[in-house]
Amino acid sequence: MKYSSQAVAKPYFIFALALLAGEILFGLLMATQYLFGDFLFPLIPFNVLRMVHTNLLIVLILFGFMGATYYLIPEESERELWSPWLAKVTFWVFAVAGVVTILGYLLVPYATLAEITFNTLLPTMGREFLEQPTIIKIGIVFVVLSYILNVTMTVIKGRKTVITTVLLTGLFGLAFFFLFAFYLPENLVMDKLFWWFVVHLWVEATWELILGALLAFVLIKVSGIDREHIDKWLYLIIAMTLVSGLVGTGHHFYFMGAPEYWLWLGSISSAVEPLPFFLMILFAYTVTKQRKIQYDNKMALTWAKGTAVMGFLGAGVWGFMHTLAPVNFYTHGTQLTAAHGHLSFYGAYIMIIFTIISYAMPILRGRPKGNCAKAQKVELSAFWLMNIGMMGLTLALTVAGVMQIIQQRTGVNPLGFMEVQATIAPVYYTRIAFGLMVFIGLITYFTSFFIKEEKAK
Amino acid sequence: MIERITKSMAKNIYLGGGLFALLIFTGLTFDTVQQIPKRSNDDKITPSVAAGKNLWEVNNCVGCHTILGEGAYYAPELGNVFQRRGGSDEAGFKEYMKGWMAAQPMSEPNRRKMPQFNLSDKEVDSISDFLIWTSKVNANQWPPNIEG
Ligand code: HEC
Ligand code: HEM
Ligand code: HEM
Ligand SMILES: [Fe+2]
Repeated sequence: MKYSSQAVAKPYFIFALALLAGEILFGLLMATQYLFGDFLFPLIPFNVLRMVHTNLLIVLILFGFMGATYYLIPEESERELWSPWLAKVTFWVFAVAGVVTILGYLLVPYATLAEITFNTLLPTMGREFLEQPTIIKIGIVFVVLSYILNVTMTVIKGRKTVITTVLLTGLFGLAFFFLFAFYLPENLVMDKLFWWFVVHLWVEATWELILGALLAFVLIKVSGIDREHIDKWLYLIIAMTLVSGLVGTGHHFYFMGAPEYWLWLGSISSAVEPLPFFLMILFAYTVTKQRKIQYDNKMALTWAKGTAVMGFLGAGVWGFMHTLAPVNFYTHGTQLTAAHGHLSFYGAYIMIIFTIISYAMPILRGRPKGNCAKAQKVELSAFWLMNIGMMGLTLALTVAGVMQIIQQRTGVNPLGFMEVQATIAPVYYTRIAFGLMVFIGLITYFTSFFIKEEKAK
Repeated sequence: MIERITKSMAKNIYLGGGLFALLIFTGLTFDTVQQIPKRSNDDKITPSVAAGKNLWEVNNCVGCHTILGEGAYYAPELGNVFQRRGGSDEAGFKEYMKGWMAAQPMSEPNRRKMPQFNLSDKEVDSISDFLIWTSKVNANQWPPNIEG
């Protein structure tokens, strides 16, 4: 660790991992309720489990991004963080707000939660991923602003690099597009249009800049390749992101009341969206081939390559699968959407967080050469357990989606939704099995943290 | 190919391409916002439809259902439930909705359950009005059939 203020990253990383465990646990509960409707009902209805599952996901990614930034920014800027104190306060405010929100979901009916948090004053609740009470959303704005202020001040006062510029652009974009969460018009179609400004323009535009910057940072560190070369790759990746991803938002405007021209505009531009993810694979593998040093912490590079590959599969391949309007006509809002949602979020955003944690955590714990060989071996099995588990879960959902589409949406005598779901039950059992595998993988990953250093010989 | 591109070329592609895409996207958004009122029958959003949308939100119906294909995949699509369960007849649909909402949760063991929301008749009528309005949005012929 070059700068002592980098240490503020540690609680962010630990908390992000704890939230991930919670997320997967709730995923497993949901998967069980899918098959046994009376499981946990009426104690925790499905929608509540789902809110907890997806909100934990988003919050854990934000914690991961924050930890990653606080670790990387001092090193890139070659100075201490502007205010480590503020970073610590922000951590506690965000952590408490997050826990309170989850407890709110679990302890009171959602309508009551809306009432006691004065949703009528500024209604924003009740939309997928944006279920948080308005007051919590306002809190998130303040947390993000304090985070951006801290990062910006550090960058301004220190060395400016392409990585920090791209990262900051991504962060400003993240903050800007979140503001659309406060716009809730009476017209459902307008509501949907701007809802995607948060959801799509986060995962397929601004977060992708952050993803690119974090990947570039770790690749520089583990390869020893000079910056000029890395910067060029980073620019190309984010150029393709913006060129395809902005107008690509149109792949959500086919069947929700927006004009017809989105059918072809959205199809054409989003068909290019896999390209930046493909470039990330080329980037990671080219850098590996040309690397100038043998970095002792092998797992950091393994995770980085894994991110590129799994991100491409989840976002690129599974995204492309249903992004053309004539295909999306049949797949829209089916289990196939869920298949893509899982592999893309995991491959791109959960894995980049594993990458940065795997790189930074040993250093933060005073092991500049990475964890001992035994710990790395355990980490590698965790890597495979989680990747194979997520891949299996995704394939199961893909089969479920195809079964759903064929029976419910094609043919002259389509079956009803509930009937079709009953026929998919065996596949949903498989999903639980792979979900358990992911959970075991995560526990294995946790144990790798507790393996004692081998004594120096 | 990548070898022949220099860093400054890459930077220019990023800035130029990004700005260009942003401008196009902003322009298209303005046009879409202009067209939505007509395609969605904005003038038919009565106070009851608006109240129904609010009830839809504060009860988090979207946490189990999809509406125009967006939401959760645990329970049936409701964008066209007016046609599916109401046969496109407003009075009949409202009766159906009152009966349905009152009957939840149903007793069949281990079938997926919908909670009891304890809504008044007037509130259920509002939700029905909202779902009727939604079913008439011009969504480019989606869904493929009545099953949603
Ligand atoms: C916890 C999950 C859950 C929530 C929340 C929920 N529903 Fe449902 N809903 C279901 C399930 C499951 C079914 C299918 C029940 C069956 O067929 O036995 C269903 C069926 C329906 C149907 C009948 C659809 C059809 O085609 O047969 C309507 C109408 C409906 N729900 C309206 C609503 C409204 C309005 C709300 C919000 C106030 C809501 N639901 C909230 C789970 C939920
Ligand atoms: C890491 C990047 C990505 C993430 C995290 C992601 C995530 C998601 C999620 C969660 C949804 C479901 C939204 C909902 O609940 O309605 C979704 C939908 C969709 N995504 Fe992605 N996505 C990514 C990249 C892509 C790419 C690159 C493409 C296209 C090539 C794509 C195409 C689509 C399409 C077409 C839908 C709509 C599905 C439907 O009609 O139901 N996604 N995405
Ligand atoms: C490993 C065990 C997991 C299981 C069993 C599981 C299960 C589920 C279930 C049942 C849903 C609800 C689908 C519906 O609406 O009907 C869901 C939604 C979702 N989960 Fe998971 N999940 C797991 C892990 C994860 C992980 C690790 C991530 C993130 C990387 C994730 C991201 C999501 C997202 C983004 C959605 C919303 C999907 C959409 O709207 O399309 N899940 N999950
Ligand atoms: Fe998208």
